[in-house]
Amino acid sequence: MIDPGKFTTKTVYVIYIASTTEKVWQALTDPAFTRQYFGGFSIEVEPRTGGAFCLREPDGRVHMSGRVVEWSPPRRFSCTWLIEGMPEFRELPVCLVTYEIAQAGAAVKLTMAEAHSWDIPDAILQGGRTGWPAILSGLKSVLETGKPLDVKLAPPEGMVEAVKQAVAAKPWLSK
Amino acid sequence: MSKPKFVYVTYIRTTPEKLWAALTDPQTIRKYWFGITAECDWKPGSPWALKFADGRTADAGEIVEAVPGKRLVIRWRNEFKPELKAEGWSRCTMEIEMADYYPDFGGKAVKLTINHELEGEGTRFVEAVSGGWPKIVSNLKSLLETGSVAFDEKVHA
Repeated sequence: MIDPGKFTTKTVYVIYIASTTEKVWQALTDPAFTRQYFGGFSIEVEPRTGGAFCLREPDGRVHMSGRVVEWSPPRRFSCTWLIEGMPEFRELPVCLVTYEIAQAGAAVKLTMAEAHSWDIPDAILQGGRTGWPAILSGLKSVLETGKPLDVKLAPPEGMVEAVKQAVAAKPWLSK
Repeated sequence: MSKPKFVYVTYIRTTPEKLWAALTDPQTIRKYWFGITAECDWKPGSPWALKFADGRTADAGEIVEAVPGKRLVIRWRNEFKPELKAEGWSRCTMEIEMADYYPDFGGKAVKLTINHELEGEGTRFVEAVSGGWPKIVSNLKSLLETGSVAFDEKVHA
């Protein structure tokens, strides 16, 4: 099991949704929902701390895998992430993704925090910084309107090259 | 050192024209901005102000650039909180683009990027707008997609 204290939050995205905390929790953890807003990926998660987690591509391949670090419905869901679906990416250290759900007046506040255990370059962080707004805007649309947004997700320019360089140099080993 | 700034991106199922109208129409702004609205003719060089429902000025400045459906740049200073006003001028850029989408699904969306940057030094102003923009923009997205806002009481959460 990883030590969350060794991870530093690098990207935060906050969005407010006209929904309930239970429905937002379901949208994050139920494959029927994730398929609609998360690039077509279906989530599979063992609902306990230490349980296995993955996001599957429509053809069944595992795109992302990890372990549940915290499972506290309907408030907090945290897990490690390793991108397996793209070459090189699977050699990166895992990152830690934490969703926090809280009532905010008549709406629900969803906070996503992406944390890393190494001095990760901005060019790699840019992947999450461009992806999360599209993914979580889609989640909000699915919950509020029943319709997804279908915004295209792709690694931003320079990200794949930065991952290749990082994997070749492995700066996380020198610490 | 880069200047203190906050960037927020949202995708909205709407058109650039409707989004521009929502960003510039005082009646619409009041709905998603918790009762605050803008006074402005949206021409470059014109004065711009955000007003509370009781007429007090919340923020003021001027329009730097206004390209309907594409880009709005406002020189912006807080006027009602001395500690924020003390940090001086900021620049807020709102950019509207069509998002790349999966043509098979036909779900066209518009990408709104808000970049709010302080001209000088300080952390409080950027901290304040970092808390405010997600609430305001989430409300704007709800209003455009569903016809009603997510919440009309501003909460500290």
